[in-house]
Amino acid sequence: MRREEFIEKIKSEFADHILGTEYLRANRVTVNVDPDFILDIAKFLHQKIRLRFIIASAYHTKAGFEILYHFSDDSNGNIYNIHVLLPHEKPEIQSLAQFLVAADWIEREMHELFGVTFLNHPNPEKLISEGNWAEGVYPYRKDFN
Amino acid sequence: MSEQKIIPIGPYHPLQEEPELFKLYCEGEIVRDIKWETGYNHRGIEKLSESKSFDQSFFLVERICGICSTSHPFAFANAMEEIVEVDIPDRAKYIRSIVGELERIHSHLLWVGLAGHFLGYDTVFMWAWKYREPVLDLFEMISGNRNSYAMFKIGGVRRDIQNDKLPKIRETMKFLKKKTDLLTGAVMDDPVIHARTKGVGILTREDILEYAAVGPTARASGVDIDVRRDDPHAAYGMVDWKVITSPEGDVFAKAKVRLLEMFESIKIIEQCCDGLEKLKEGDIETVVKNVPAGIGTGHYEAPRGEVFHFVKTIGTNSPARHKIRAPSYVNIATFKKACVGQTISDATISLAAVDPCYCCTERMAVAYDYSTGKKVLSANELIKQSQKRTNYIKRNI
Repeated sequence: MRREEFIEKIKSEFADHILGTEYLRANRVTVNVDPDFILDIAKFLHQKIRLRFIIASAYHTKAGFEILYHFSDDSNGNIYNIHVLLPHEKPEIQSLAQFLVAADWIEREMHELFGVTFLNHPNPEKLISEGNWAEGVYPYRKDFN
Repeated sequence: MSEQKIIPIGPYHPLQEEPELFKLYCEGEIVRDIKWETGYNHRGIEKLSESKSFDQSFFLVERICGICSTSHPFAFANAMEEIVEVDIPDRAKYIRSIVGELERIHSHLLWVGLAGHFLGYDTVFMWAWKYREPVLDLFEMISGNRNSYAMFKIGGVRRDIQNDKLPKIRETMKFLKKKTDLLTGAVMDDPVIHARTKGVGILTREDILEYAAVGPTARASGVDIDVRRDDPHAAYGMVDWKVITSPEGDVFAKAKVRLLEMFESIKIIEQCCDGLEKLKEGDIETVVKNVPAGIGTGHYEAPRGEVFHFVKTIGTNSPARHKIRAPSYVNIATFKKACVGQTISDATISLAAVDPCYCCTERMAVAYDYSTGKKVLSANELIKQSQKRTNYIKRNI
């Protein structure tokens, strides 16, 4: 599947919830989506188009918490980044681990390091900071010193 | 229902490469569930990278893993080169692939040796590690180090492989081909290894897709993915090689995939040597002056599977965010599928097959004398025996 086809497919399915698309170098695309629909979009990518979930990367900016969900199309090496922006005040998003086992660890990790809440996570235990880190202190935020 | 017992493996164990705790919930000999705990040694490398310059970050990511110490810089370089939009010279591409494939050979040999050791087959362990030495010697010749080679930088490589070093590389490859052949034959034809590994720790194709597992773990279950072929970079698109897959999904298939991959690596290295001979020495980098703001996603097929680096830059001299996903991060989770239903003795090799973060029994065995109720051999007595042995050897040298 060429990246133009991918954009077409995702747009035809979720037209109202796609906030923007950006072609990066060669075979990389970033699609900016509405965070409220991430579960449906990820389900579509994983179950319908059969993309492989690589990982999710969160980062903290002035705008809020941004998460990139990286999906790989192994037939041609394309990487599609699904981007969402969560507000500072309420960094909450539906958990992909509800249907995707591969997202389990990374969501728990993001919760511990950034303080993003993943709603309906099936296994919301601590992954890396059990018993050795203060509650409510998130080391990967930009304001952490 | 019989009572469930927990067998802990880790968190710190001399044979484990990383501190992790596996809890095997067993009923008699059968493993019914497995739970794991990580985070004992979280180094915060992603955060640390934000305080380093791009050049320094290469040395940092190289130290994530001692065994695949070139895979992380490889993926990081791919991510950075996506941001700066630079094409690297052909000579640098060949050198990158040579270093990457040499690493794959030594990593796979290390795994085969460890797997043999844990099966109680120490001959395989001795052989594999013996033949791994010439690869490390090559690394020493190329980079000055047996490990942590510091070869990568944005736009190319730091050191050239001069053409007069190529005959030595070719000679070692020829030697390795012969020895790998011997090792492969010995492992694949051995009835004991067949009995211990065939049908053990099976991961189906669906399991792999569900857990998004990568590398030899995925390929041994018939999932045909390899970043080197799917998203060609360095010299992988310029040489002839093939991706090894096997549909069975058991431990034997994983061993087979790794062993056969070594032949492909040798093939790639030989072709890269041919390529280097035709090129002018010294042309090893494209100078990059500025790194603009942007995001880069780089991946590379490490010996254990796809390494993924995400970098966000904001026009400064260091990453604003650097996310790293090592292959074990997704592969370890498949333990749950591979180990449950196995016996305890097969659980250890199932864990080893998925990933070399390995385990064995954590505790020392203490024997009690029934009649007196006293320990036959206490910890101190064991230490004393060990010291006695050392003294004996010292005296007789």
